Amino acid sequence: MNDPLLSIRDLTIHYEMEQSVVEAVNGMSFDVFEGEAVGLVGETGAGKTTTALGIMRLIQTPPGHIVQGSIRFMGEDLLQKSETQMRKIRGNQISMIFQDPMTSLNPVMTVGEQISEVIRLHNHLSRKEALRQAVDMLEMVGIPGSRYMEYPHQFSGGMKQRVVIAIALACKPKLLIADEPTTALDVTIQAQVLDMILKLQKELHTATILITHDLGVVAETCDKVGILYAGQIVEFSNLHEIYKNPLHPYTKGLFGSLPDISKKLTRLKPIKGLMPDPTALPNYCSFYDRCDHRTDACKQGEPPFVEATPGHWVRCKCLTGGETA
Amino acid sequence: MSELLRVEGLKKYFKTTDGYLHAVDDVSFSIRAGETLGVVGESGCGKSTLGRVVLHLLDATEGKIFYDGEDITSVSSAQLKELRKQMQIIFQDPFSSLNPRMTVEEIIEEPLRIYNLYRESDERNRHVEKLMDVVGLAKRLRRSYPHELDGGRRQRIGIARALALRPRFIVCDEPVSALDVSIQAQILNLLQDLQEEMQLTYLFITHDLSVVKHFSNRICVMYLGKVMEIGDVDELFENTLHPYTQALLSAIPIPDPDAPRNRILLRGEITSPINPKPGCRFAQRCNYATAACSEKDPELRQVADNHWVACVRAGR
Amino acid sequence: MPKLMTPYAQKLAKNSKKAKQYEKTGPWIEAWRRLRRNRMAIAGLIILLVLIICSICPQLLTPYGPDEQNYSEAFQFPSLRHPFGTDNLGRDILGRIIYGARVSLVIGLISVALSLVIGGLLGAAAAFYGGKTDNVIMRVMDILIALPSFLLAIAIAAALGPGLMNVIFAIAFGGIPNYARVTRAAILTVKDLEYVEAARAIGAADRRIVFRHMIPNALAPIIVQATLGVAGAIISAAGLSFIGLGVQPPTPEWGSMLSSGKQYIRTNWNIVTFPGLTIMLTVFALNLLGDGLRDALDPKLKR
Repeated sequence: MNDPLLSIRDLTIHYEMEQSVVEAVNGMSFDVFEGEAVGLVGETGAGKTTTALGIMRLIQTPPGHIVQGSIRFMGEDLLQKSETQMRKIRGNQISMIFQDPMTSLNPVMTVGEQISEVIRLHNHLSRKEALRQAVDMLEMVGIPGSRYMEYPHQFSGGMKQRVVIAIALACKPKLLIADEPTTALDVTIQAQVLDMILKLQKELHTATILITHDLGVVAETCDKVGILYAGQIVEFSNLHEIYKNPLHPYTKGLFGSLPDISKKLTRLKPIKGLMPDPTALPNYCSFYDRCDHRTDACKQGEPPFVEATPGHWVRCKCLTGGETA
Repeated sequence: MSELLRVEGLKKYFKTTDGYLHAVDDVSFSIRAGETLGVVGESGCGKSTLGRVVLHLLDATEGKIFYDGEDITSVSSAQLKELRKQMQIIFQDPFSSLNPRMTVEEIIEEPLRIYNLYRESDERNRHVEKLMDVVGLAKRLRRSYPHELDGGRRQRIGIARALALRPRFIVCDEPVSALDVSIQAQILNLLQDLQEEMQLTYLFITHDLSVVKHFSNRICVMYLGKVMEIGDVDELFENTLHPYTQALLSAIPIPDPDAPRNRILLRGEITSPINPKPGCRFAQRCNYATAACSEKDPELRQVADNHWVACVRAGR
Repeated sequence: MPKLMTPYAQKLAKNSKKAKQYEKTGPWIEAWRRLRRNRMAIAGLIILLVLIICSICPQLLTPYGPDEQNYSEAFQFPSLRHPFGTDNLGRDILGRIIYGARVSLVIGLISVALSLVIGGLLGAAAAFYGGKTDNVIMRVMDILIALPSFLLAIAIAAALGPGLMNVIFAIAFGGIPNYARVTRAAILTVKDLEYVEAARAIGAADRRIVFRHMIPNALAPIIVQATLGVAGAIISAAGLSFIGLGVQPPTPEWGSMLSSGKQYIRTNWNIVTFPGLTIMLTVFALNLLGDGLRDALDPKLKR
């Protein structure tokens, strides 16, 4: 098999606040191969966005620090790059889409200018040629090219998110990180945007990391899935394995919490309790307090991240210690 | 079951610089005691406005509201105060719906103080503790401030406040959409238990069809201020007739990689109902729209026992 | 996996775990805690406390009376006996500055209190009732704000004649529109919040909504504005006194000390320098405190 496009090992990111240390990402490891779509699923505070910003090297320091780990992208460690080198990579080889399309566009520049700005930053092109490419990009995301002279406020929410996607894909990046790209949109609009992201991802052969809290969105778009909890990946496998054969108690709990439109349920099975405080994580399994299958062994140190079945990684002692959950 | 709430031809228009925004336009429905009516729609469909008009937090432009057989469309402030004991609301945002300068205890006991229930502070305290217990809040949180708590616990405070006056009818305005999935399930189950224990009637407003399917007896689908389709849950899901409801249903991402996907993609975007032209509000985005759709507003017509649709195609 | 942490971070983590057990909080207590961590704001607060002590019991801090003249000791430079020197009438400058604190603080506090009450009520009424009331009140405020406030104060002081109360009134009048605007904006932001709607839904009367739910949540920007306003008022008062329209000699007032010393500036620098520095220091302290309060009260800094 080829080398992965992006290979993250043991990534740990903390925020040092005045009174406490927020342990946002704790030993995250996963790979993304060329052209593949990986979904990272987790709830608020699971460390999804911090991971994304970490890959982009956009963690604000202070208070944030990448404490340890490596992020290898096309064979090179991004953590060893200088800020100047990173600037050449951002928007060119790796780009990112943020959740809120309302605030990620500059209100005083036309959308055409905003797209051609990225193109000109990374390519030596004339203004005219860049603008021509920008119009192509707009058409590609389903906006008539004639609207390139318009300003962001003239577009609706869904259209703005399309413009944001056009900017992100303008330089044909190898890797696209999409942080909750459809959360701010209505369902029918979300369907349109998801459909388009899927189509473009296949067309441009761009590897994608899709960050979301919505297991439904992941099921429709991704090849592989990582489930995040308290700054760690607790389970990672391909789409089918995760959805048909979830192993980690947290993953199972998430599925139990979902009201499923296709089935009639009388009662949901929520996970009891709350996410642990990221400033005071335990030194054992972080899901211990909420887990129905916990044993005494679970309290002895952190569970290792091991391959339970080929290609199916899980971080749970119950599973890897021989007992079944 | 007897009817608890009925609205007839309810309208709420807002004046804007561009004309009148028809937030709620000629909406009629009724809710029986003890049942849940789910109101579903996307942003700008008027579902939150509808809930607020029913509760008299906003004044209706036109139409009538009946509660327990009585016309409550225009009431005096004394009558309104009595009504508020019966009808309550749970808000969407657990962060902005609680006064940041009041403790949990103060928030929950405020309605009791306003109505001078429980003169003795002992008795009132006991009632507050009971309410906290009912919604699953630990007693030690009494003196905490909302910002010290997470979204799920804050939503529980909002629920306790709404329950304090022992209402019969509660408007739930997107009570779980700001919460994480695992917490969302906890709150949904709590609301379900409370309904059974206290025989509550819910008007459950949401944008998430999968949440209401699981929760409601009947569902009302709205688009730009108009009711598109209304009916019993099972009937509506099995025999979906309105093209908008069909599209809405097909747009929900299903958490199952093997689920069949036949998504109906809609054209265009949601507009806003300012000075709308006559005709079906959905016609611009509808895949089946004909000239007839833009002539006049389609009426809600009964197509089955408990199923009404506002579409010229349906039931023919 | 061993958690890699800097020793500093480890210490902090330990502290936070310990601290969480006994700290009980409320929004105001938390704001105070944040303010306490801001060294500059605390410096400002200490300077202010010193001034307040000066204005409460000046006689304990200096052996000289405010008007005690001693011609044999006129025009002295700083010495042990007179740390800031003496003026043309042989009065101890430090003593007069200490006595002057009371006048300046009284003018600053009372004029701000006056314009805060009037402006605050007008602004709150404008925000709460909206529509025509809002329009009328705020347009009048716009007219007031269009006049340079110091010129307005000069005009009023000139018309009413000099004197402490007139200075206070002259300065207070110009401040009204500022407080009206700040209060209106603050009330407007809380007016549409869901907890106000929630209070209405549980049957709360208007009075309860305004005093229990709106005002406590709108206070922060008003407090900041008032703190900065005191600094402005002190400067204006000194300015009025300097041009002879304010507090009249021999009352010790920093502005009039500057004014009466200005003719000796070439020979005796200390007569004008020390009162001038005092004004600067006071205003600086108030601004530090105001900025600190702004940061401490800003809810955006909360988690």
